[in-house]
Amino acid sequence: MVETVSIRLTVNGAEVSKEVEPRQHLTDFLRNELGLTGSHIGCEHGVCGACSVRVDGRVVRGCLMLATQADGAAVETIEGIVESSEAADLAEAFIGRNALQCGFCTPGMMLTAAELLAEGKPLDRAGIRQELSGNICRCTGYQAIVDAVESVLVKKTGEV
Amino acid sequence: MKDSNRIIGASLPRPDARRLAAGRGTFTDDIILPRMVHMALVRSPYAHAMIKSIDTRKATKAEGVVRVITGEDLADICSPFIAGIEFLPNMISPPQYALAPTEAAWQGEAVCAILAESRALAEDAAQLVLVEWEELPAVVDPVAALKPDSPLVHSGLESNLVMTLPRAEGDTEAAFAEAAVVVEHSFEFGRQSGLALETRSVIADFEPAGRRLTVYQSHQTPYQMQDVYARHLGLDEHQVRVIVKDVGGAFGLKLHAYPDEMAAVAASVLLGRPVKYIADRQESFASDIHAREMTAAGRLAVNGEGNILGVEVDVLSAVGAYSVYPRTSVGEGIQAVQFTGAPYRLPAFKGRVRVVYQNKTPTGAYRAVGQPIGCVVIEQLLDLAAAELNLDQAEIRRRNNLGPADLPLKAAGGLEIEDVSLDACLTALLNKMDYEKLRRDQDEARRQGLCRGIGLATFVEQTAVGAGLYGPAGARISAQEGCSLRLEPSGLVRCATSATDQGQGTLTGIQQVVAETLGVKFDAVTTEDGDGGSTPYGGGSWASRGLSVGGEAARLAAIDLRRKILGAAAAISQETPDNLTLSGGEIFSDGKSLMALSELARIVHFRQDTLPSDVDCEMNVTRHFLPRKFPYFMANGIQASYLEVDLGTGAIKLLDHWVVEDCGLVVNPLLVDEQLRGGIVQGLGAVLYEHCLYDSSGQILTASLADYAVPLASEMPDIHVVHVENPTSGTGLGAKGAGEAGTLGAPAAVWCAVNDALRPLGAQVWKQPFTAAHIIEALRSANCPQEASELFEN
Ligand code: FES
Ligand code: FES
Repeated sequence: MVETVSIRLTVNGAEVSKEVEPRQHLTDFLRNELGLTGSHIGCEHGVCGACSVRVDGRVVRGCLMLATQADGAAVETIEGIVESSEAADLAEAFIGRNALQCGFCTPGMMLTAAELLAEGKPLDRAGIRQELSGNICRCTGYQAIVDAVESVLVKKTGEV
Repeated sequence: MKDSNRIIGASLPRPDARRLAAGRGTFTDDIILPRMVHMALVRSPYAHAMIKSIDTRKATKAEGVVRVITGEDLADICSPFIAGIEFLPNMISPPQYALAPTEAAWQGEAVCAILAESRALAEDAAQLVLVEWEELPAVVDPVAALKPDSPLVHSGLESNLVMTLPRAEGDTEAAFAEAAVVVEHSFEFGRQSGLALETRSVIADFEPAGRRLTVYQSHQTPYQMQDVYARHLGLDEHQVRVIVKDVGGAFGLKLHAYPDEMAAVAASVLLGRPVKYIADRQESFASDIHAREMTAAGRLAVNGEGNILGVEVDVLSAVGAYSVYPRTSVGEGIQAVQFTGAPYRLPAFKGRVRVVYQNKTPTGAYRAVGQPIGCVVIEQLLDLAAAELNLDQAEIRRRNNLGPADLPLKAAGGLEIEDVSLDACLTALLNKMDYEKLRRDQDEARRQGLCRGIGLATFVEQTAVGAGLYGPAGARISAQEGCSLRLEPSGLVRCATSATDQGQGTLTGIQQVVAETLGVKFDAVTTEDGDGGSTPYGGGSWASRGLSVGGEAARLAAIDLRRKILGAAAAISQETPDNLTLSGGEIFSDGKSLMALSELARIVHFRQDTLPSDVDCEMNVTRHFLPRKFPYFMANGIQASYLEVDLGTGAIKLLDHWVVEDCGLVVNPLLVDEQLRGGIVQGLGAVLYEHCLYDSSGQILTASLADYAVPLASEMPDIHVVHVENPTSGTGLGAKGAGEAGTLGAPAAVWCAVNDALRPLGAQVWKQPFTAAHIIEALRSANCPQEASELFEN
């Protein structure tokens, strides 16, 4: 039998306790054990960013972290940040600017963008592009994403 | 100016995007079925090997394993794929099996499937399968593959040549003899992956009692796959249903029938349980179709005014181990030749394509299939000729562009071109980019020792291919798209289309067409796609057909439904239908509001008793559209790139990029613009970064996203988009496709810009992608000094 380890954590504010396989990564845990399928798997080796989630306030790659490492942590996923309306502006900007096509990269992209917005430092377009460069999008060519993020950032910081 | 009330032509966001941006999409891997098992595969570690034996005993006993399957187990239930073309009887295509039974012909070909309670357990057990291999010599280099003494890619072949196709029009010999200038260049195009961010995914659910098969699959065409599964598994087609939910990028790579996906479906038939197979990223690099691997040699003859007299192109296309099913792997090479010079007047043309097998991953249709290559070849040759004649690059294009006097035309390369707007696009581009000023900037930069280049790339773009291609090829592929509309009792409208949407926005466009044609609000329509069992039969999505063909079917259906609605309204109100109109969800008689559509809908659904017996209450229509007037809709446009080459490091920095596209009527500029930009960035990836590298024994070296470079946000420029709208007369709607344009023209724009930058140094690039090493190699072979300032002094 496969051994399991018990973990307790909060996911999108709700307490969760589960028995998990030590080898299961956080994204598989969220997707397969909790049904939070908004976090996607594009590479499982830390390059694409589709699996991005927030752990204790920082955006990490869920595929590079074991579920057991999230024991005791506060995990937030795309489902959480959209429902809590924290990312409401961002989601509207993405939709309005058509900053997503297939939508597979979008949850990870939005988590990364939300972190950049939360930092609140003014960035020009090149700076935004730099910040988003850890997330691969194969459909959009990035410009609409940069536009969407820029529009929310400008609203927030009041600067261009 | 567009009427502000119009829905067609408006930049409306996609209703679908809301779900996706909330993390509420349903991609195939998000689906869980009861009693579902997971499949992992044992794949060949060799590029070419015989399978002496497979010992599955240990794996079968491993924890969680339900069944282990080899090619032998599938022999009786699943017939192999053979992808040929009927009108090319000499084309050679060996059978390809879901699991190779005796011989593996590329590193990554699957030979054994493990079905287990979880993917992790299936992968554990896969390591316990013992395969006894006998390694055979691998054929990797396409030129060597053609030598008479070359080893064979499959032991069953007689030679590695798949087919060869010559084409000649006019007298090229005379053209080259009388030319004022003859230029030539050779080209190498690196092998690429289409790379969808969501890997290939399938869940097959076979129900043995009723012999019904339901397959959830991340795919572009459920109809084609229903046909494939029915025929290759011996099932009745009406018992097979392929459902496509959200698809995380497709780009042509999810257009094919893959042996490993077939293995998952066959496994479900064997087990009578649902089977899920999700390729991991490494498997994707080794088994998704690759594309573009090709060498080409081109020669161009022009007169003293820069008018083309003749062109010659010879292409060698290396397609991997098999011709991919069912659309084959020869299209890329054929289109590379056909599209060489297609936008221009070509009095004489001589082309040849040779297609060759090799022990690498099979190649297939990836966005813009072969067209980018033809575009690179002619644009580079034109620039060389312009330089010889001291002619501006824009001017030589203008002198050769097809114009109204030339059209319609059966072009020398074999394409049929109805109507293109090349001069208008060129003019729009030069204005948008302020070409004259940019040339001055370039000169100024040169004086400062900066090596900058401007590249132009004119293109024609084959979209919405009709039945003329698939029928004669013997391919069981429908070129017609369908649309069903249903008026709900509340007066809202459901639309089901055979066109499929992977994020392009096809569904939104169709919703716009339906809403406006019918006379209801945009939000009064919902659109569904992807269920091969319940949507009208059709093709799906490839070669930019969604809106051009699927949109026309939607328009026809909306016209019919409107007629029915107005007929019923006339009966209810005792008016004549001709006096009635439907607009904004309300029925008007001579401009006076008669009733809301919702009221009519309630009556025709629930109060038929109040209507005379001859009133048609059947508010459900299905229409199809098949492009017949033209074999395809030829869109066209032009791109430009402005960039800087660092002569010390060989690095290329993109400074700016423009596209002018004529895709006919633009139904939704917001969505079309992003299609173009996304496509351009894929083309920029092709020319600058993306490369599937192999070693000499046929081992893939770039099997992770860390090794295979794709464009990232920080490397890409903002892209300016301009439209020229020249609706096609092939449909009432007037839309052509727009999905290939970006990927088609961007490589050539960058080829021309880099070579424009390097030309004063006597250097030219010849190998895509343009790695820093290749730039340095090009500079060295031109004996360029390394100091930029010296370079531009003379
Ligand atoms: S799936 Fe984690 S970075 Fe790609
Ligand atoms: S929208 Fe498809 S990968 Fe970004």
